[in-house]
Amino acid sequence: MTVRVQTEPFDAGALLTDFSAGRLNAGGIVSFTGLARETTDGAAVATLELDAYPGFTEPAIGAMEAEALRRFPVQDVLVVHRYGPIQPGEAIVFVAAAAEHRRAAFEAADFLMDFLKTRAPFWKKETGPSGERWIEPRASDYDDVKRWSAISGEVDAGSPSKSRQED
Amino acid sequence: MLGRLRDVAGWRERTLDEAPATLSALRDLLAREDPALGEALAGKGVQAAVNKALVRADAAIGPGDEVAFLPPMSGG
Repeated sequence: MTVRVQTEPFDAGALLTDFSAGRLNAGGIVSFTGLARETTDGAAVATLELDAYPGFTEPAIGAMEAEALRRFPVQDVLVVHRYGPIQPGEAIVFVAAAAEHRRAAFEAADFLMDFLKTRAPFWKKETGPSGERWIEPRASDYDDVKRWSAISGEVDAGSPSKSRQED
Repeated sequence: MLGRLRDVAGWRERTLDEAPATLSALRDLLAREDPALGEALAGKGVQAAVNKALVRADAAIGPGDEVAFLPPMSGG
């Protein structure tokens, strides 16, 4: 179980090769690579910038990984996430899961992506022809994460028990 | 200051010579210096962390503590 949050670009193929090496008892490995799109809802995006809080963001993602390991019969998971300025076509996130049987690996990767898209401590800014805007998860992202709602409270870095501020 | 709070403040990190005793006092101090930032810090969903752990709005703080203000997280 590994989390890496970094500004440097990564090579998803190399990450998958490393993650797969020496796994004699894994029947399957599923990986997902998320890329920065050139357009969002039809509008051009020149640059995407992700802000992170090093030292805070990693443990929050680690809690999501621990939940994935608890929930699905997977042997190992990996999350690599970039922050800083990201150009269209560049990879932002890489998730991999290894399991004895494929279903668990598919589900763990799907689960991790749904939680990363809504609950991970990142702040996203798009810069396009009409200027800059800070963006929040889409409604569809929230719908995706609701599929796993039975356990969502346990890995919600944004809402620690009894520590919300007034809002 | 994370995310849009960094843009509102015009800075990401700074060191104070004297630490207020509570998070509320720190907020008040920042709001007096920069009313626009004060308003942003009071905005919906803004949370605070002390030494990289989320805390209540009235948490005590002291010398050497690292305080972060976090707008609603956007996810990756």
